[in-house]
Amino acid sequence: MPLYRNLSIRQKQVAWAWGFLAVPVLFYVVIRFYPTGQAFVLAFMEWNLLGAKRWTGTDNFARLWADPVFWKVFGNTFVYLLIGTPVSLVLAFTVAFHLDRVRFMHGAIRALYFLPFMTSAVAMAWVWRWFYQPVPIGLFNNALAALGIPQVRFLNSTANALPSILAPAIWAGLGFQIIIFMAGLRAIPRSYYEAARIDGVSGWATLTRITLPLLRPTIVFLVVFSSIGFLRIFDHVFNMTTNDPGGPLNASKPMVLMIYQTAFSSFDMGYAAAQTVVLFVVLLAVSLLQLWLMRDRA
Amino acid sequence: MTALPDLAPRAGAEALLRQTGPARPRLGLGPALRWLLLFAGGVVMVAPLAFMLSTSFKYPFEVYSLSLIPEEPTLDNYRAVLGDRRFGWWFYNSLLVATLTTISNVFWDSLVGYTLAKFRFRFRQVVFVAILSTLMIPTEMLVIPWYLMSQQLGWLNTHWGIMFPGLMTAFGVFLMRQFFLTVPDDFLEAARIDGLNEFQIWWRIAMPLVRPALAALAIFVFLGNWTAFIWPLIVTNSQRMYTLPVGLTTFSVEQSVQWELIMTGAAISVLPTLIVFLLFQRFIIRGVVMAGLKG
Repeated sequence: MPLYRNLSIRQKQVAWAWGFLAVPVLFYVVIRFYPTGQAFVLAFMEWNLLGAKRWTGTDNFARLWADPVFWKVFGNTFVYLLIGTPVSLVLAFTVAFHLDRVRFMHGAIRALYFLPFMTSAVAMAWVWRWFYQPVPIGLFNNALAALGIPQVRFLNSTANALPSILAPAIWAGLGFQIIIFMAGLRAIPRSYYEAARIDGVSGWATLTRITLPLLRPTIVFLVVFSSIGFLRIFDHVFNMTTNDPGGPLNASKPMVLMIYQTAFSSFDMGYAAAQTVVLFVVLLAVSLLQLWLMRDRA
Repeated sequence: MTALPDLAPRAGAEALLRQTGPARPRLGLGPALRWLLLFAGGVVMVAPLAFMLSTSFKYPFEVYSLSLIPEEPTLDNYRAVLGDRRFGWWFYNSLLVATLTTISNVFWDSLVGYTLAKFRFRFRQVVFVAILSTLMIPTEMLVIPWYLMSQQLGWLNTHWGIMFPGLMTAFGVFLMRQFFLTVPDDFLEAARIDGLNEFQIWWRIAMPLVRPALAALAIFVFLGNWTAFIWPLIVTNSQRMYTLPVGLTTFSVEQSVQWELIMTGAAISVLPTLIVFLLFQRFIIRGVVMAGLKG
């Protein structure tokens, strides 16, 4: 390569850099950016996958606006988020806070909490679905029956389906959050606590004035991370309601499931693409809002 | 509180593996109660796994009992499920796809992360921000275009079709860049003087220095692909090509009320990762913390 030899050291470096980046840049353009653009374009079209594409302007969005199912699903998605995130964070913090002070069998207890994170949502959705069955099959109802408490309809009730599906989703993510919280707790210098103790600060004040403020980066990360997870919930819902996905009566249907059905059961590609645009905007807005709310007030 | 030093990432990951918390060990009623409650909570956490496993060893007549220990343990369910050839296909498909995707991510994400951390060239920042911005695009938005692309190019129902979207991830690039930033330039310069070319410097000098990060990335990518559901569900359309989660859904729907078989299928699909975790617990937890906090 006489051409390469004529380059200066600096130019050679640049050539190497772009050589390294060539394939990845192509990948990101073709597999990430181009499809994103395509989704936005499709959102303004009507297309059933077989016939011709047709521009319909903002019709898909008008249709969404007027679709009661969409509003139901939109609401459900936020219920998953607004219950899931605070409940899982409070549980995870409580466990992490106390586990941090335990030494006896520390590793073993940590493993108990972390194990569910290593499972697949699909497999565990079926396990929980079994738990929720009516007597004489389901574990929960059998236990209730043994105690003489009336049966609870879990998955086949419009009121209970959503929380019943949310429970295993929270359960599965808890281990990860506990581990991250513990790492955050361990990173707080011990001298802060010692100073507080010498000054006679109460346990509660230590928690709210020292621990929680210093934990802010960890909390921000976990809030954003778990919010995005709950807004995109799909695997659990799909597997726990296969006979009537998102049912009963759309009571547990989140946005991703509606997108899946619109695109791959009804083949209404344009309408589905419009829904993905809404999901994108929601995710973006929620992430930015949280980052802004929890920004460092320096 | 303006004094928020770089508290979190590395210190936390290392400190986590020390077995000591901030408080001095005390004996007494309070700590004992704390321990008991924590332990009870942990038992509740693994209870679903325990019931899944126990039921996979039960005969149908015992499935409805609350007892964790089967009165008459049997391997019949495992014989039935493993005798179903499809589980072999699904296991193979999942293993192949997850492994190749992991190798691809470890190679490409670190190459890109290294380039963005250690080279100076025009548009470097543009490339970095562009790659990072893809983190904001949800997979669900891309599945429709990916499906159309796969249809046109004949990738539907192929291994390549299942894995092409995940071959590189912005998360991995970001993680690896963070770690390569900590590698001293002197090391690389010394290798340059020794006559290594840039690829050799990356592969032989820089890569071994970030091995823990590579392991963390590999754990995350493998687990993510092993349990991935929505894209494999969309892109595959024959049982031969299903991955384990997609196959398990089909299998469980077929069994309808045979919960002992469903539990066995579930157990088979989660046992590999559970066993790997129990064997390498400290290593995996450190990896998860590093990936979680740096990424």
